Amino acid sequence: MTPPVKTGSLNPLPLKERMKVPRQHMPEQSPRLRATNFAEVNLGYSTEVARREAMRCLECAKPACTIDCPVGVKVKEFVQLVVAGDFLAAAAKIREDNVLPAITGRVCPQEDHCEGGCLMGKKVQSLGIGYLERFVADYEQQHLDINNILKARPTGKKVAIVGSGPSGLTAAGDLVRKGHQVHVFEALHEIGGVLVYGIPEFRLPKQIIREQVDYMRAMGVEFETHVVVGRTVTIDELIEEEHYDAIFIGTGAGRPQFMGIPGEHLNGVYSANEFLTRINLMHAYEFPRYDEPMLDLAGKSVAVIGGGNTALDAIRSALRLGAGKAYVLYRRSEAEMLARAEEVKHAKQEGIDFQVLTAPIEFLSDGNGWLTGARCQRMELGEPDTSGRRRPVPIAGSEFDLPLSVAVIAIGTSANPIVQSTTPGLQTNKRGYIDADQSTQRTARKGVFAGGDIVTGSATVILAMGAGRRAAKSIHEYLRTGAW
Amino acid sequence: MFKIIRAEFIAPGIKRFVIEALRIARKHKPGQFIILRLYEQGERIPLTIERADPQAGTINLVVQSAGKTTHLLNLLEAGDSILDVVGPLGRPSEIEKFGTVVVVGGGVGTAMAYPTTAALKRAGNRVISILGARSKALIILEREMGEVSDSLLITTDDGSYAEKGLVTDKLHQLMESGTRIDLVLAVGPVPMMKAVADVTRKEHIRTIVSLNPIMIDGTGMCGGCRVLVDNKSEFACVDGPEFDAHRINFDVLIQRNAMYREAERKSMAEFQQEPNRQLGIVRRELQQLGALNGVRR
Repeated sequence: MTPPVKTGSLNPLPLKERMKVPRQHMPEQSPRLRATNFAEVNLGYSTEVARREAMRCLECAKPACTIDCPVGVKVKEFVQLVVAGDFLAAAAKIREDNVLPAITGRVCPQEDHCEGGCLMGKKVQSLGIGYLERFVADYEQQHLDINNILKARPTGKKVAIVGSGPSGLTAAGDLVRKGHQVHVFEALHEIGGVLVYGIPEFRLPKQIIREQVDYMRAMGVEFETHVVVGRTVTIDELIEEEHYDAIFIGTGAGRPQFMGIPGEHLNGVYSANEFLTRINLMHAYEFPRYDEPMLDLAGKSVAVIGGGNTALDAIRSALRLGAGKAYVLYRRSEAEMLARAEEVKHAKQEGIDFQVLTAPIEFLSDGNGWLTGARCQRMELGEPDTSGRRRPVPIAGSEFDLPLSVAVIAIGTSANPIVQSTTPGLQTNKRGYIDADQSTQRTARKGVFAGGDIVTGSATVILAMGAGRRAAKSIHEYLRTGAW
Repeated sequence: MFKIIRAEFIAPGIKRFVIEALRIARKHKPGQFIILRLYEQGERIPLTIERADPQAGTINLVVQSAGKTTHLLNLLEAGDSILDVVGPLGRPSEIEKFGTVVVVGGGVGTAMAYPTTAALKRAGNRVISILGARSKALIILEREMGEVSDSLLITTDDGSYAEKGLVTDKLHQLMESGTRIDLVLAVGPVPMMKAVADVTRKEHIRTIVSLNPIMIDGTGMCGGCRVLVDNKSEFACVDGPEFDAHRINFDVLIQRNAMYREAERKSMAEFQQEPNRQLGIVRRELQQLGALNGVRR
């Protein structure tokens, strides 16, 4: 880590003083209140609090925050602009590298990226970079007139983006700024992919996504819903009949995995994707005002199986739908959980019961096809496995039955096959994900690029955005030179 | 938004819609389906494509009133619109020359079977079709199926038309008469498909069924439509909708289709109290969106 510099700083606080300022608390709805509603948990910084937090930045000469950011947000520079009180300039600075700041400010695992490398974090507590990004993005939303966004001079090149999730939106934003005509195809009826169907309102309000998408429309990006590429139109037809010069595939790792244990077909057993889609995309929690139904969870025992963000999103949604008991069943220990630190904290505050080192081995039935519980097994940690995490090993004789009305399986996803199976020449790996170069995102097909979960398997919003950025860069290069 | 060009009842409670859907019309292959959502508060439901006209850019849907959404849909008329229609979804039917094919269409399932039957006929198969319904009025597409079949047999549960009995009775008779059958395609209510599978299993006749479980996205993302195939989960939307009938666990399908019965009943009861008010909500919303869309799209 390089020593901090002070030259030319807009920050009135001397370096020594900065470390004495505590990390500014993010105001949030009280756990008891928020466990009964779907409104956002975090309430956001005020202008004063944001500036005070920003002043904590040590302005490192080689800032790890930017180096560790998959899209390379110039953190030090935007934070300085927050200190200076020029919030719109701060937003513009973030937008140079990140077209979805209001989203990443809310859902990024900052501890793994910008805040993880923050020098302040090594000394006291890291700078609240996510909170500041969120503040700046929300300020921009309230104060910027998007009708005045300048558009780049058209290049006459057309790019199709397949999928409107984080990687697709990021690629679209970067490409439209270069003057390319960008058309985004989405299979569902709303734009945003996993941001819309997967992440609940209390963590990422739909309104925020709509605003960020409106900003992209103002930049000139075109959106078309109800197009399942591979079925409604193929990649080859997009190239040959609709004359797209390049294609980016960002279809995500949509297909939910099941555990292959007895009873998974029982009524009451959901995949996390289905459970969350019913709630988020289809508003089943507003039944019967909305028509999509959901099993009544009021007073019921609900468990989610898994330890990632999706698992926590599902179980916290169940709690908000009135679940009497809400469990997380995770086969490893809390240290191995992949969920964002803040979500684990929030979930615990809300009263979610974490049963770690526990895995179901069978779902139990009432004899009429309805779930009544899960037979579980306790685990202990053995040697590290291929993921580097310690492998859970069953403890003999530790089986017990947990009564449940609903179980939600959130153990990950696999590759959705639609695009791959309808695009000749597109190479895939043995797990069905698309082969794409790690730095250029090029696939085996000329002019076709891919990135995000459909290449890597399930990852995070920000990693998918990083892939979208890399793809945009090499698509632009390809369109400029024609070289493959 | 997807405009309804024509709408007409073809049987009591069964309506045929001709809908403007350019992309879907161009790509539809027999065996595929669509998912629609009527309005902003609507649920997503899968529906049969009876035929597509790529030149006109239209698809035909045949819809039987069952729950709230289908009742509401069947109140719509030519000139109305549907908010979302996505497709064509699912793997197309396998079309080749099998030899003699028996197509069994039960009730509104006949509409799903029709394009595949026509394609099988075009591929040079000898096609024997068996249509069944509760009563005469509910036999649909009799003329159309007749045009693409070498012979057409009809049964009604109540004997109000053609022969009284079940489609499986006819199938039995065919098998017993020594007719060599290379393939059976059965589309209809789950108990009917299950019964057909039971009949053909003994004789090892390859049998295909088209399943219609509860679905949401239709792209393989949610897994709600999973069915047990050889005791393993497969998704009807992307792995199907057609499956080998002898590998399907129909009891689980019946059980899963009943998962939301209580909620469906509640929705339906509420709808039936004031169907016209609900229709008004749909129409008002779509008119407003229509005005907006002119600007936005």
